[in-house]
Amino acid sequence: MSLVLEAAVLGILTGGVYALMASGLTLIFGVMRIINVGHGALVILGAYLSFAFFRSLHIDPFLTLIITMPLMFGLGVVLQIVFIRPLKTDREALSVLVTYALALGIEGVLGYVFTTNYVQLRGWYETASFAILGFHITYVYVFGFVLCLAILGVLFLVLYRTTFGGAVRATMLNRTAAQLIGVDVDRVSALAFGIGVATAAAGGVIFGITNAFNPGSHYDLISRLLTIIVLGGLGSLRGAIVAALIMLVTEDITQVVISPVWASFVFFVILVAVLVVRPQGLYGVRVRDRI
Amino acid sequence: MRKPVSVIAAGVALVLAGCGTSGSPGASPPASTPITIGVSVSLSGDFSGDGKALVQGYDLWAQDINKSGGLLGHKVTMKYVDDASSTQQVVTNYQNLITQDKVALVFGPFSSLLTIPASTVTDRFGYAFPEPAGGGPKVFAQGLHSIFFVQPAAVEDNLVSYTKWLLSLPADQRPKTAAYATQDDPFTQPQIDKAKSLLEAGGVTTASYKVYPAETTDFSPLALQVIHANADVVILGTQEPDAVAFVKAFQQQHYNPKSLIETTGPDQGKDFADKVGAANTEGIMVPAGWTSDAKAYGNDKFVSEFVTKYGGAPGDISADAAEAYSVGQVVDQASKKANSIDNKALITALHSGTYNTVQGPMSFDSVGKPQGGVGVYIEQWQGGQAKFVYPASVAAAKPEYPKPNWP
Repeated sequence: MSLVLEAAVLGILTGGVYALMASGLTLIFGVMRIINVGHGALVILGAYLSFAFFRSLHIDPFLTLIITMPLMFGLGVVLQIVFIRPLKTDREALSVLVTYALALGIEGVLGYVFTTNYVQLRGWYETASFAILGFHITYVYVFGFVLCLAILGVLFLVLYRTTFGGAVRATMLNRTAAQLIGVDVDRVSALAFGIGVATAAAGGVIFGITNAFNPGSHYDLISRLLTIIVLGGLGSLRGAIVAALIMLVTEDITQVVISPVWASFVFFVILVAVLVVRPQGLYGVRVRDRI
Repeated sequence: MRKPVSVIAAGVALVLAGCGTSGSPGASPPASTPITIGVSVSLSGDFSGDGKALVQGYDLWAQDINKSGGLLGHKVTMKYVDDASSTQQVVTNYQNLITQDKVALVFGPFSSLLTIPASTVTDRFGYAFPEPAGGGPKVFAQGLHSIFFVQPAAVEDNLVSYTKWLLSLPADQRPKTAAYATQDDPFTQPQIDKAKSLLEAGGVTTASYKVYPAETTDFSPLALQVIHANADVVILGTQEPDAVAFVKAFQQQHYNPKSLIETTGPDQGKDFADKVGAANTEGIMVPAGWTSDAKAYGNDKFVSEFVTKYGGAPGDISADAAEAYSVGQVVDQASKKANSIDNKALITALHSGTYNTVQGPMSFDSVGKPQGGVGVYIEQWQGGQAKFVYPASVAAAKPEYPKPNWP
């Protein structure tokens, strides 16, 4: 298989992981209209929780999700109630500060508990691979991609086939109108934040298997996740998935064709070009909040 | 009015993307007066792990020197202040140590990043600045005469031994092509560039050379390029996360170079083996200045005392601790040679002669760059342990070449 094609395949597979991590971020924005700068730190926290169970109980990293996702969901609900709900005015700007503080807090606690040394999750599938046309595809990327599809599929079902999903989408469309028709937006917000944080845990596991990480790893992560959801359209789940794939495929191909140094630049050129034509992002909706 | 949310988010993303990565010397006191040696160490922040190891090495040296009657008869007390791995705080710390605490001598902090700003302060006050961990080219580019980098070689020379070994192989085994990839980091890139020029001069063709940004998180496409170059040897300028990622990617693609060396990562002992799997470490090489089983001056004593004082196994001792201990050894020998612990006399003494340390012998040029020693050695993972394999004078085992295939 040619180098470019191999890079594209890798881009699609890793793009799925970024889509999963970005989906929580965009969901949280859509429902609450806050920019959760702490999302990267929550992904790393998820990876560390899995690492803790993996190290002490020797559970397979993917299986730890049975424990960590509910835990992280609970944490998300608590964080929303304690830190986000009190923000009544100027939510968008204030949320950046509050969630950044949250990220620093999480980084500090993780550094204290686990030290700043790099760690990595391990499983048999991290190096085992199968060959297609001479290119070896590693199982971990395939499992990660399938897990992403499964979780994103469940997320779509919840959003489009349940009453709760209806309430979430109503809140996303217009918070005030949703309140007027009887949606408990505070409850919806807390649960949506919890779901977003739970998906961060799932993203964290795959990130932790494919990358060595330490408490400071969230900085590089969050800047990438934010650019993904801006390209995809803030609040759009579909947009996050498409944008993640565009980002990773573009970067991976640029890396092999031109140079690693140009990888981010080429992606940002695409981002700027899209925003010039569609300021709301690929799948974003122009919303008029207040008239 | 509609809030420009995309703009805020994009702005935050851009800002965060940028975050990833800025008196007179105490005259010699009368003999037998106790003295204090001041050090700024990173007890928190990015270098906290290394900072703690430096303290262990310095403390062990102070204990040893006091047991043997002190530094030229002066009992030594170490004073540590935390710089939180910050380039601003490290400057304040040395200023305070010198002007307020009036310490007799100062020793260096961790990393080139902190050593550079610290050395300008200590130089201004006329203090000798022997330091264990600042060896990047920028440290010496300052042209200071008071700084002394106590490691076997300057950072850019770290791979010189490795290139010597490769070129010393019999002609029919000598590699014909090499692939290089390195972070654009002041610690890694100079090493790779120097190795590349030496190997090219020795007739080894460059099959691929890539420099990647330090904030790269996805190393698979880079590894793919190295694999496609299909070179005989692979030379990587890595820190730990990319060192691990490259090894895994090579394994995934069943790529087996004849030799693989990484600048950092494989020197982290059990920490590295835990991440890549002990069986997968076989044959991987790393440049290293010190190992617990090296046959260097005083190394046996250092290792056994270290284990007695701090516990653990010899293999777990950080090279940082050995480097810190070496700083003390060098200052001890220089003070005897100058028959003084006056900073000016120490600076003069350190610019001449050879000093023996647990990392081997070393001497310093006019800007404090280590000279004349054998340079940094090569360590290779064999049977689940990193062993010195080159040069033969310190080797604990013979190099495995070609590197065995992945299990």
